[in-house]
Parts: sequence; C-alpha cells; structure tokens
Amino acid sequence: MSEPIIKFEKVVKSYGNYRVLNDLDFEVARGEKVTIIGPSGSGKSTVLRILMTLEKINGGVVSVGNEPLWHEKGPNGLIPAREAHLRKMRKQLGMVFQQFNLFPHMTVLRNLTEAPMSVLGLSKQDARERAEELLQLVGLSDQAQKFPNQLSGGQQQRVGIARALAMRPKVMLFDEPTSALDPELVGEVLNVIAKLAEEHDLTMLLVTHEMRFAREVSDRVCFFDQGNIKEQGTPDELFTNPREERTRAFLKAVLEG
Amino acid sequence: MPWFDYLKPLADGAWITVQLTVFSTILGALLSFIFGIGKLSDNWAIRAISIAYIEVFRGTSLLVQLFWLYFALPIAGDAIGLDLRLPPVVAGVAALGLNIGAYGAEVVRGAIQAVTPSQYEAATALNFTSRQTLWKISLPQAIPEMMPSFGNLAVQNLKDTALASLISLGDLAFRAEQLRNYTQDSTTIYTIVLLMYFGMALVLTAMMRVLEASVGRWRGARS
Ligand SMILES: Nc1ncnc2c1ncn2[C@@H]1O[C@H](COP(=O)(O)OP(=O)(O)O)[C@@H](O)[C@H]1O
Ligand SMILES: [Mg+2]
Repeated sequence: MSEPIIKFEKVVKSYGNYRVLNDLDFEVARGEKVTIIGPSGSGKSTVLRILMTLEKINGGVVSVGNEPLWHEKGPNGLIPAREAHLRKMRKQLGMVFQQFNLFPHMTVLRNLTEAPMSVLGLSKQDARERAEELLQLVGLSDQAQKFPNQLSGGQQQRVGIARALAMRPKVMLFDEPTSALDPELVGEVLNVIAKLAEEHDLTMLLVTHEMRFAREVSDRVCFFDQGNIKEQGTPDELFTNPREERTRAFLKAVLEG
Repeated sequence: MPWFDYLKPLADGAWITVQLTVFSTILGALLSFIFGIGKLSDNWAIRAISIAYIEVFRGTSLLVQLFWLYFALPIAGDAIGLDLRLPPVVAGVAALGLNIGAYGAEVVRGAIQAVTPSQYEAATALNFTSRQTLWKISLPQAIPEMMPSFGNLAVQNLKDTALASLISLGDLAFRAEQLRNYTQDSTTIYTIVLLMYFGMALVLTAMMRVLEASVGRWRGARS
C-alpha cells in the first residue's frame, strides 16, 4: 500500500464520559475508495467530521497528507492547531452532508462559485466555467439559476457534491449522502458518486447503508462498531465471508431491513 | 377655528415626526447591526461593550435617556470644559436611535444565532473565514428573519417620537399640545392627531413589508 493520505493513530473522541472513538487506528491510501458501514451511533460520522475539522479530537493524532491535522509544530513539539493551520489543511478535503446543507439564499450557480471566488480567489469567469463543468458532470446544467428549494432532494444532493468538488479537494467525504432521499431519488446520486469513483486520484471516504453500491465502488469496506473498526477487508471478503459475529448480524439486519 | 385650520400646523409637526422617525430608525438599524454582531464577537472587549450598551439602553426609560442627553449632558460637559449642548433634533434622534438600537441589537443577535448550525458546518467545509461566513452565509439568511421584528420596532419608534415634544421639538405631539392650549378644542385636535399617527404607522408598516419581501425573495422561490 502506498503512503496513506489519511491516518488516525490512537484517536480518542469523547463527549463527557462517553467515548465515541476509542483508540481508533485507521488509514486510507491515496486514491483509495473506502466505505464505512456500521450501526447508528458507532462513530462513522464522527470520523468524517473530525477530518473536516468540525469536531476536535481528545487524544491521538490525525494526519492528512502526512501532516498532523489537529496539531501544528510549536517551539517544543506539537501544539493544538490554530485557525491558520486548519484553513491550510481543509483545502485538501471536501464534504457532502446527509442533509445537503446547501446555501438556501444562493442560486445553484452561486452555491458553486461563491467559495472558489472568495476562498480560492478565482475570477468570476473562471469560477463560472468550473461550476458549469461540474453541473454538467452531475447532470444539472439546466438548473443553474434555480434556488435549492426549487430542486428535488436528489438534485440538491448532486449540487452538494458539485459544490464540494468545486474546491478541488484531494479527499472527498460523504456522510450518508442518500439517507435523506426518497428511494426513487437514490440512484441518480449514487450514479454521480460512482462516476467520481472512477477518478484515479481522488480519495473517497463514504459512509453509507447502500450495501450493493458499497460493494461496487469500494476498494475496502470497514465495519465500525462502538467507536472502532471491528472488521475490514475487500468488499468480497467482508460481504460474503465476514469473520466477526457482529458483522454478520449487522449485515443480516441491513439486508433484510 | 374650523377643523381644517388645524391641518397646517399639525402637518408641519407631522413632517418633523416623520424626519425624527426616519433618522432615528436608520441610526437604530446601524446600532442594531454593530452591537448585535458585536455581542457575538470572539473578542471579549467588543462583547462586553455590546452587552453594556444593550443592557443600559434597554434597562432605562427612553424619557430619562432623552432628558439626560438634552439636559444633563451639557452640564456634565461644562464640568470637564466641553460644550456638549445638543440641538433638540440631535438629542431626539440620538435618544430614539440609541434606544431602538438596543432592542434591535437583540433582534440581530437572535436572528444570527437562529441560522442552523449545519449552515456554519457547510461554510467551514468550504473553508470560508469567519468574517466571510458572517457576511455571505449567516447575515443574508438572518436579515429576512429580522424584518418582522424590525417592522414592529420602527412603528414603536414612530410612537416614541412623541416624547421628543418634551424637549420642545416641534413634532406632531408638540403642535397638538400647542393648539390645544390655544383653542381648548381637545377632541377635534386629538382625533386628527390620532389619525395622522395611525396613517404614518400604516405607511411605515407597508414600507417594511416591501423591504421584507425584497430581502427574502429566495425564501418564496418555488417553481
Ligand atoms: N455533539 C454531541 N454531543 C454528545 N454526543 C454526541 C454528539 N455528537 C455525536 N454524539 C454521539 O456520538 C456517537 C457517535 O455519533 P456518530 O459518529 O454520529 O455515529 P454514526 O454516524 O455512526 O451514527 C452517538 O452515540 C452520538 O449520540
Ligand atoms: Mg451518522
């Protein structure tokens, strides 16, 4: 395996006395597509939210691109990361949220151009061209002037994906991107994600309950339970031949549910 | 005196009332944003100043604030060798604006805080600075939420201008009182005054509605 782009070392995350992540060790290689599955409350979102700097960690080290995410170099070793460091690190990451989290007061186009212009400093012209390419990729070229609340959930989530991609991240984080959608709209979003998965360079970390899809697109599947990885392997290994009793029970419940 | 003879002096007063309302509402809106945003600042000094302003002006009566600016400030100024005498219009606009701004600041703070956390998370994920997040994400969503309360405050402010007659500002209430002293025709005069205030309030409310619709167009958008 080539050098990991994401590395969790003995990471602890707790809320009060409750340990959400328990000495988690976890690595993702550059370009790897990893799916995280597991019961609700097992810490799947927390892993992504820590990477997107939405949650701090309480112990251990998280590295992105070989550099600590939540720490920076001080005069005497590592100190907690300050905003400037976090801003530098965030450039490498993009996130797609379960509830889309589009900006409701901006048109679709504006949702895609605002951050590239004000954060990356792109000209209006360049940001627009980038947005139009991405809208084409997600099949929404004709919706550029609409507001999010004029779109279906599936369309909104495709805008959410395009908006994250507009920042050209190296790592894309998907937190249950289809869980808020009506069943008939799930396919169109998964198709877009599958298309992205063909991109050799893009690292993808996906939390989902769509097992068939996970099997198709991922290089590796991790089963999370109680704040740690209980079992992981290639989709074939994990889905056809799970070793752990917990994994078997979970898969049985999901596939029958 | 026939009733229509009252109209000219009352209309003159009403014009002063309109000016007082407009200028103090604009001042109040500015103060609302400055101190409402200030109360949410990361900087404790800015936060402390904002809280102090809001609490002082909400916790004391407008009348006292008005008298303080008009009567007490010049004397306080005298003591330190400064001429702080304010023309009645300035004292009136300042007192009304400062007062309404303190209430408005709480409206602004509340509306900003009511923007859902998931919007801030999206802003963080896209690497906006906190200043960009305020100006581009949270304020544009918060402003339409503030408008109904701002409308109420503006009408409240219009009604409060009547207090300015107590520092001899020739507003509508002052003119009415003058006429009444002169003619003793309370019923007619105050009926006209009532209607005039009510008419102004209607116009103000309509204007705030238009403003509300224009800042919140995206909310109604549906195909
Ligand atoms: N802000 C919070 N305060 C307290 N507990 C939280 C908070 N956020 C998450 N948790 C808890 O952490 C656990 C893991 O959450 P999460 O990572 O969202 O799980 P998953 O995505 O696997 O369903 C859950 O039990 C949840 O209740
Ligand atoms: Mg979750």
